[in-house]
Amino acid sequence: MHDAAKIVGGLVLFAAVMTSPFWYNALTAAPAAVPALDPPPNGSKECVEPRAYMRANHMDLLNEWRDLVVRTGQRDYVSTTNGRAFDMSLSRTCLDCHSNKAEFCDRCHTFLAVNPPCWDCHVEPKEAP
Amino acid sequence: MGAVISLVAVAGLALVAVIAVAVGDLRFLIGVVVPGIAFVVFVVGVACRVVRWGRAAVPFRIPTTCGQQRSLPWIRNEELDNPSGPLGAIGRMAGEVLLFRSLFRNHRVELSHGREKVSYVASKYLWAAAMAFHWSMLVILLRHFRFFLDRVPAWVELVQRWDGFFAVGVPVVYLTTVVFIAALLYLLLRRLVDAKLRAISLPTDYFALYLLLGIAASGVLMRHVEKVDIVQVKAAIAGWASLQAVTPAGVGGWYFVHVLLVSVLLAYLPFSKLLHAPGVFLSPTRNLANSNRRVRHVNPWNPPIVGRTYAEWEEEFHDKLKAAGYPLEKE
Repeated sequence: MHDAAKIVGGLVLFAAVMTSPFWYNALTAAPAAVPALDPPPNGSKECVEPRAYMRANHMDLLNEWRDLVVRTGQRDYVSTTNGRAFDMSLSRTCLDCHSNKAEFCDRCHTFLAVNPPCWDCHVEPKEAP
Repeated sequence: MGAVISLVAVAGLALVAVIAVAVGDLRFLIGVVVPGIAFVVFVVGVACRVVRWGRAAVPFRIPTTCGQQRSLPWIRNEELDNPSGPLGAIGRMAGEVLLFRSLFRNHRVELSHGREKVSYVASKYLWAAAMAFHWSMLVILLRHFRFFLDRVPAWVELVQRWDGFFAVGVPVVYLTTVVFIAALLYLLLRRLVDAKLRAISLPTDYFALYLLLGIAASGVLMRHVEKVDIVQVKAAIAGWASLQAVTPAGVGGWYFVHVLLVSVLLAYLPFSKLLHAPGVFLSPTRNLANSNRRVRHVNPWNPPIVGRTYAEWEEEFHDKLKAAGYPLEKE
């Protein structure tokens, strides 16, 4: 092979870059466990919408709530599943059950490197000592 | 015609993924096994191709020269367009790989009907779209490391932050998503609209574009429209990249469409025109320095030259030469 050193060097670099996630995962100390969330501490059993919907789409719901509250002043939300009315409020409704930000919000968000801008405006809930 | 065949092929692949998951429940096959095979085919296939290219003989420097070569000290040479040594060749390759310099010189032939005259016009659109596409694909690839790496390193978050700088929508619409799709659509329409290009386009030209568009579309759908449970997605992908087979659960059909199309792209790459990715590094018209006149290049397969001196010749025909009365040196 001509220019073998350069070509093999390039191929080694290519293979190293391509397999880097495998090396990284193998060499980092403890793998991050897939977050499993605990039920809310206040014993509530249902959210404003079904669990599967909330898991995938909660950011849409929060965005919709924010727009309605801030732009139209509307605060009542009627659940599409059980017809119950809720106050459209992150700090009063959501955080009422999901009171622990570190345990509830941050676990998935850190796992996935998501940085939502919620706490740019809202005051972070104080953790119970 | 090629456009239709390729579209049917990509749509068929997407349909295969949907049916395999919905009817056959082949989540493990499509989510774990197929990507694994595709990845191995990709890495080994590219390596084999490059080795094959590497075995080709390079008897002579054949760089295309687009400027003054290095000659006399008072004549200014063009080091990037006519490299005289390895440094110039590296600079030229960098311009080629990172900035697509020769594509920037792209010209279009135009027949202006009013004047009955053929003219060559600089055409930068292809270059601009190619740059936009390739660079945004790199950023998109880097962003996806958040799924592959167990603990997301800070640089991935940095890429995400700048890519989502304008903070449009939730989840944030990344700039590269928009640029990637726009560039791909331009590259596709360019082939479809221009009759000359349509005539020379093969199914493989369209297949790569449709495949990439399919990957982009399924990704955008998962992120912005039919949202999936992203925690399960990461669990599956990070598990795959830790060599633990985690069957993706509760992530919907689009995920499997995305994964199958990416797998096909990876496995298809070593056998297609997409090999230009490693190929650009091995283009002899770009990566060689123009040292033809300054350095002696010997063709490697030339037979060794067997010399014969006059003395040897005279020795062999000594008697005959003597008989004929020739004057001899050795006497």
